[in-house]
Amino acid sequence: MEMTGAQIAIEELKAGGVEIAFGIPGGAIMPFYDDLLKANFKHILTRHEQGAAHMADGYARVSGKVAVVVATSGPGATNLITGLLTAQMDSVPLIAVTGQVATPMIGTDAFQEADIYGCSIPVTKYNWLVKDARQIQGVIREAIRVATTGRPGPVLVDIPKDIQTARTDYNPQAPAKGALPAVRQMPEADAKAIEKLMEALEQAERPVILAGAGIIKAGAAAELARFARHAKIPVINTLLGMGGFPGTDPLFLGMPGMHGTAYANFALCECDLLISLGARFDDRVTGKVSSFCPKAVIAHVDIDDAEIGKRVKTHIPVLGNVREVLHTLNRQVKPTERRAWLDQVEAWKRDYPLQYGWDGSIKPQYVIEQIQEITGGEGIYATGVGQHQMWAAQFLRFNEPRAFISSGGLGTMGYGLPASIGAKFGRPDKEVWLIDGDGSFAMTLVELATASMYNVPIRVAILNNAFLGMVRQWQELFFGKRYSHSHYPTNPDFAKIAEGYGVKGFSVRDVDQVRSVLEQAAEHDGPVVMDFHVNPEENVWPMVPAGAGNDEMQLAPPSPEDA
Amino acid sequence: MSTRAKRPIPIKSSKISGAEIIYRSLEREGVKYIFGHPGAILLTLLDLFLKRSQIRHILTRHEQCAAHMAEGYARASGTVGVCLVTSGPGATNLITGITDAYMDSIPIVCLTGQVSTAMVGNDAFQEADIVGMTRTVTKHSYLVKKTDDLPRVLQEAFYIARTGRPGPVLVDLPKDVILGEAAFEVPEEPDIRGYKPTTRGHPRQIERVAAAIAEAKQPILYVGGGAIHAEAHAELLKLAETADIPVTFTLLGAGSFPSAHELSLGMLGMHGTAYANYAVCECDLLLAVGARFDDRVTGKVSEFATRAKVVHIDIDPTAIGKNKQADIPVVGDARLVLHELNKLVKAQKRPLWRKRVEKLKADFPLLFDSQSSPIKPQEAILTLSQEAGDRAIITTEVGQHQMWAAQYYNFTFPRQFISSGGLGTMGFGFPAAIGAALARPEKLAIDIAGDGSFQMVMQELATAMQYGVPVKVFLLNNYSLGMVRQWQDLFMDRRFSEVGLEVSPDYVELRPAIRKMIETPGPFILDVVVDPDELVFPMVPAGAATKDMIVRDDRKRALSGKLSALPDN
Amino acid sequence: MRQIYSILVNNHPGVLSHVAGLFTRRGYNIESIAAGPTEDSEVTRISIVAFGEPHELEQIAKQLRKLYDVRDVQQVPYNRSVTRELLLATILAGPEKRGEVFQLATAFGANVVSISDESVTLEASGNDQKIRTLLKSFERYGIAQVARTGMIALPYTGMPSDWEPLA
Repeated sequence: MEMTGAQIAIEELKAGGVEIAFGIPGGAIMPFYDDLLKANFKHILTRHEQGAAHMADGYARVSGKVAVVVATSGPGATNLITGLLTAQMDSVPLIAVTGQVATPMIGTDAFQEADIYGCSIPVTKYNWLVKDARQIQGVIREAIRVATTGRPGPVLVDIPKDIQTARTDYNPQAPAKGALPAVRQMPEADAKAIEKLMEALEQAERPVILAGAGIIKAGAAAELARFARHAKIPVINTLLGMGGFPGTDPLFLGMPGMHGTAYANFALCECDLLISLGARFDDRVTGKVSSFCPKAVIAHVDIDDAEIGKRVKTHIPVLGNVREVLHTLNRQVKPTERRAWLDQVEAWKRDYPLQYGWDGSIKPQYVIEQIQEITGGEGIYATGVGQHQMWAAQFLRFNEPRAFISSGGLGTMGYGLPASIGAKFGRPDKEVWLIDGDGSFAMTLVELATASMYNVPIRVAILNNAFLGMVRQWQELFFGKRYSHSHYPTNPDFAKIAEGYGVKGFSVRDVDQVRSVLEQAAEHDGPVVMDFHVNPEENVWPMVPAGAGNDEMQLAPPSPEDA
Repeated sequence: MSTRAKRPIPIKSSKISGAEIIYRSLEREGVKYIFGHPGAILLTLLDLFLKRSQIRHILTRHEQCAAHMAEGYARASGTVGVCLVTSGPGATNLITGITDAYMDSIPIVCLTGQVSTAMVGNDAFQEADIVGMTRTVTKHSYLVKKTDDLPRVLQEAFYIARTGRPGPVLVDLPKDVILGEAAFEVPEEPDIRGYKPTTRGHPRQIERVAAAIAEAKQPILYVGGGAIHAEAHAELLKLAETADIPVTFTLLGAGSFPSAHELSLGMLGMHGTAYANYAVCECDLLLAVGARFDDRVTGKVSEFATRAKVVHIDIDPTAIGKNKQADIPVVGDARLVLHELNKLVKAQKRPLWRKRVEKLKADFPLLFDSQSSPIKPQEAILTLSQEAGDRAIITTEVGQHQMWAAQYYNFTFPRQFISSGGLGTMGFGFPAAIGAALARPEKLAIDIAGDGSFQMVMQELATAMQYGVPVKVFLLNNYSLGMVRQWQDLFMDRRFSEVGLEVSPDYVELRPAIRKMIETPGPFILDVVVDPDELVFPMVPAGAATKDMIVRDDRKRALSGKLSALPDN
Repeated sequence: MRQIYSILVNNHPGVLSHVAGLFTRRGYNIESIAAGPTEDSEVTRISIVAFGEPHELEQIAKQLRKLYDVRDVQQVPYNRSVTRELLLATILAGPEKRGEVFQLATAFGANVVSISDESVTLEASGNDQKIRTLLKSFERYGIAQVARTGMIALPYTGMPSDWEPLA
């Protein structure tokens, strides 16, 4: 059967189980778009390519499925870079298909030509420039496999315009010719290493589990819950690991590190065994490495060999799929009591809870608590980046994996709105809430047009302090309250902007209205934007200053009496 | 310790912080504005911007726009534009702007924060390998590894950006380099091995060009953005008038030669004037000045100016012969080369050739159906040109309106027209207009925009408001009226009363509305609802030869024939 | 500590960018890099000499193995491998000095590949110690230009036949 390159690409995407595309057409990708239409492939038209990439990212994080992002050559492709790196840093699968100028034009600085192959090497797991239509079948198959297997990540396939239109033989059943050699198979976890971990656990008196996003990606949440409850080990979730362990479980300690809970950081400082499961010891988690878990034997279970020993010296390295490792552990682990350690942890939780003051203004934490109450932790929650992101991680309680999506590694402002739109396409059965800041929201607010056009019922709560809040917080604490270029005195009226896009808008300045607006939003049939004018002076506590150890955590602001 | 330095300040032995070095380097380079978006890594540096007042920091809403503002500033002023963003997403958000500057040879310096050198490579929070990503889209990228290198690197960055063929340079600044200390000592001029742009053209080659001009019967000057970068407009005018040579310009060359001059043929290429394209087909000598024979200009390159001897004057030796072989290549700065050339060229008259060109102009004028309703976009731009004239600096987004602006606006001075040519970046024009308005406060920065492009970067309206930058958005709206009405609502009845917005669905209202836009202080959006069915003509279908141009909107022929079967690219 | 990585990769145009990009992105220090075909036309061998702390060198190998195009990474401690580099050097030597230069060249097993009135161009191969010594020996004549290929390496398969203790 003869087909065009673009048709083959689309057929292979379908065969690989890809169900949805996000993107914007343009000159060099037109043939692909033409065939997309003919193939009846579901496509969501966005307003900026960055938005398309974040949508595909949000879709993948909540559904575990992979989506395709389509952009034209030149600016279309370069606009994807931030979205690709966001996915790369957080190990999210995503397939980008970009148009390129026709092969004879490559390298001549042609109109809308950009070397996206070279640009995207550092931001993808792998990338291809297809120079022969006969390679498309193999490349797309490989692209899907590379994106979704092992440690997932984004891939990019750059297809010149003449390759999209070139016709060649296509046999869907054929084993792809010219496919590159297989990615190395993951070895089965070393039985000896697991044995060593079991021994360490039997000897440990104060063990702690640090569970990262690997738990969610490996589908290991049930095994983790069984393991922790059986062996009575308190569980700390990283930002991206949130939802990997039920937030309501008594063993749950919340988030560690820079803005983690006091009790999580205390537990890290005091534990004698740290079992890290699918987490990568990010600098925001460890603080100063030399004072991280000073008393502990450290076990590190990860699917990526290069993560083990990268930042923290590991005593018991276990290379393998975290679900399989937990499965093996669960067959061997004996029920334990650990009364003293759990009592200690309980006491910390009682004595150092997360808290905030109450002064009649709208406190951002209050808004988040109310969202938690209304939804009961049953929704999907997205965030932008900054203070509101930390408060959301602190005050929401997730019942299941894939309920919390946030840009962790890259910390991409503007991630939230497009990601939550993508999330709704990934899980139409779930209520999707976005907790955003005004700075983050303004970066990609044009995607409200997309939410409106497809009537995507997301609930957007902007915690509007007219500041880049996290920057402001650092300036307050470390730069003598000199708020250099972090203030937005001329924020627009976000509720009115929303209405301009045909989206329901609320502007809330009175704390008494918070609950009722949230309830109305929850009932609304369509997208909603709620602009909460929150107290701009609120800071995120606790806080471990950058570069300090977790033992140097500051619990709360100096009280007004001290000032 | 407030140092107000006019001259380089060689502070012997005493060390200052990296942040201080950066600030003083910027001062030394004469930077007045810096466009950016902060982040944790930059706080020490930003603190200086608050304490001092020599350099103004403009806080944007998205880093992409910071890069475009710096570009707009550079394109309007001819000096280096600067942007400053944080690591990770801040840096990656710049890439489109950097690539745009690279394709159009615009001098900008992008300062990006980076995680501490000890953390680099660890996938730290907000770490991105921005140097690796931008290697092919900058003139040069630096990762500064120690504070001692900072003074030299920053000086080199500005030098590389503005000399030779200008372009973007990126300097990645790790946190510990900003916090560290070093002496601030730099030479008068940097000395970079392997980087010595040729500026003076070879005298023998220039003599050959002069001889070719003297021999030619039907010469044409084909002028690109390089003539503007080199400030060659006066020499160009002299050459054209002395030797009686008609001038056509590229999109980026618009403004290098007065559009209304009797020797001007307007723009050439895909959507150039028919007479420019025909004249190029017929010429026997093509004098390319700072132009790069882009595919949008030449069409099918093997059939471009086939009868002509080609002279190519360019500062970038790799641009010569890349797409079209040159018979007489001259590597050098366009202004210096034309200056030397003018000494050799003798006054000449070419009545026959001029008559032929006049006939082409008369036979194939730019055409549209004027004074109909709804307003034709061409009419709107003509009216704007009449009202704003040489008071305005025009920026554009990308698309139809961009071509109409180049076709119908009467450009009178260089740097009057600012547009994304090579990369064709939607969303470029509005932030670029903000940059241009700051660079040339005595002028009126007007963004001629389409509704699709404008929506990509609309959030920067808040930036214009915050700093009171009087940019005007001349929106040729062929689709969504409701959306913009909401913005009108938004900006009219709240504290931003200085933002006006007019909606003009009708021809008779157009001129008064434009006058109101020009006269109202502060930002203003004029929403002109135009005929959505209007197409850009003439048009050389992509990949076709210029002689196969579709000259006018003969819609039946266009739709049944050429337009429905457009070839590649 | 120095280490040689002998890396087998898929032979296609982008592969060097991927490998070199990894080193710059992660801030590893490369001393030299050389690439060339192998016995298998689909495979290229890249030899990289890098230096760093032992844990860094281990991390480099792990990151290399993660690259899609990398088929195999051999880490060879510098002193347990046979390493060679090809050098071309133009020595400033007129007719009167030529004899001396020839003699010295012979001592290093170098070949003379080109002679002019002012200079002699030599070709030599050896490990980096030999190349360094050679260049040092010719310094007093003046060296007009030097081209080096960068180090290539294979692990010793048996007893080294050219064993030279390292300084």
